[in-house]
Amino acid sequence: MNKVVSDADEAIKDIENGMTLMVGGFGLCGIPENCIAALVRKKINNLVCISNNAGVDDFGLGLLLQNRQIRKMISSYVGENDEFERQMLSGELEVDLIPQGSLAERCRAGGAGIPAFFTPAGYGTEIAEGKEVRIFNGKPHILEMALTADFALVKAWKGDRFGNLIYKGTARNFNPMMAMAGKITIAEVEELVEPGELDPNYIHTPGIFVQRIFQGKNYEKRIEQRTVRSKS
Amino acid sequence: MLDKIGIAKRIAQELRDGWYVNLGIGIPTLVANYIPEGIQVEFQSENGILGMGPFPFEGEEDPDLINAGKQTVTLKKGACLFDSATSFAMIRGQHVQLTVLGAMEISDQGDIANWKIPGKMVKGMGGAMDLVASAENIIVAMMHTNKAGESKLLRKCTLPLTGVGCVKKVVTELAVMDITHEGFHLLERAPGVSVEQIIRSTEGRLIVHGDIPEMRI
Repeated sequence: MNKVVSDADEAIKDIENGMTLMVGGFGLCGIPENCIAALVRKKINNLVCISNNAGVDDFGLGLLLQNRQIRKMISSYVGENDEFERQMLSGELEVDLIPQGSLAERCRAGGAGIPAFFTPAGYGTEIAEGKEVRIFNGKPHILEMALTADFALVKAWKGDRFGNLIYKGTARNFNPMMAMAGKITIAEVEELVEPGELDPNYIHTPGIFVQRIFQGKNYEKRIEQRTVRSKS
Repeated sequence: MLDKIGIAKRIAQELRDGWYVNLGIGIPTLVANYIPEGIQVEFQSENGILGMGPFPFEGEEDPDLINAGKQTVTLKKGACLFDSATSFAMIRGQHVQLTVLGAMEISDQGDIANWKIPGKMVKGMGGAMDLVASAENIIVAMMHTNKAGESKLLRKCTLPLTGVGCVKKVVTELAVMDITHEGFHLLERAPGVSVEQIIRSTEGRLIVHGDIPEMRI
């Protein structure tokens, strides 16, 4: 079993116009930088992107937005991106905003074979419009559908040739659920190792969810809000 | 009248030993700086941290370690990390004892609006809808009025809602109020603020029973 591909360009070679992609990350933390750059180079468009955020103007998914490669975004929070806000308010970009916990669970459900679930999040708000409501334990809940994608693009710290993944810090975020929900999941890792080198007790994403893996390069890991305290 | 730090300090008095607490962006984040002596609380950050510590020292920032506001943070001893689905299982499953968040408007029935101004500002709800729909104990930190002096504590919210009937307590620069079936129940006045001033600044139903003490910060 060998899921290794040479680089991001090879990994995404069969992603086509109009496909639905899940893209891991929270803000700019844990985003698949190499795959996003490859999508920019490939110039495919009309993409539907499922991602918690939309990057910033000149990094992350913001790069695809600037080139008008995204037709629709499914996200929970899209602040800090002026171009996104402009495209959304002008109607050029279709946007489906959904609660962050529902987004995570919809991806998890999609990967876990659960077609839909009820959640209290969003009941009584405009995001509940048109959704089935049921009372459980005296409390109203709305029906949310599972999400899947043609491709899931995830980023991990370490991975092996079998696709087993370990994430670092808060770069884990949406990556494990999206890895589960992609028909084809592409993992880019900072360090690619041989099977047996990762401790099986500490695998976050089992390799069964990953179809392609490569060692990424030149990670910028941009910090969105650099906050520090003084030593005094 | 309180400033933002004063509001954070007053909310910090609500913390109890052993609680897991989620702090929203803005004034709520400041609450972590004023934990009362002798109690221990753990902060949950919905992007995947339990046991979030203070900002890092200069030069020690880690791009792989941020809070839900995308600010660089540190981990306390005994912290743990997890994915977003697990994080919202903690929130929806009511394992987090207190949620503190900001608001653009709240109503006297406990409705909250804080994610969208139609046609103007759409940043998204992030985790706020999940948090307010499930938390048993929600405190809102906000300004009592907008820049034009109009009340943000309303009979009915005018902006798109984040959640209905969920806010239990609100702390503003003027007052501390519980939200009950009858409306905003005035508990405390900010230093130097009169009950009349609070009545003038509150559009929603306000219940004032007897002498209202001045809060102690």
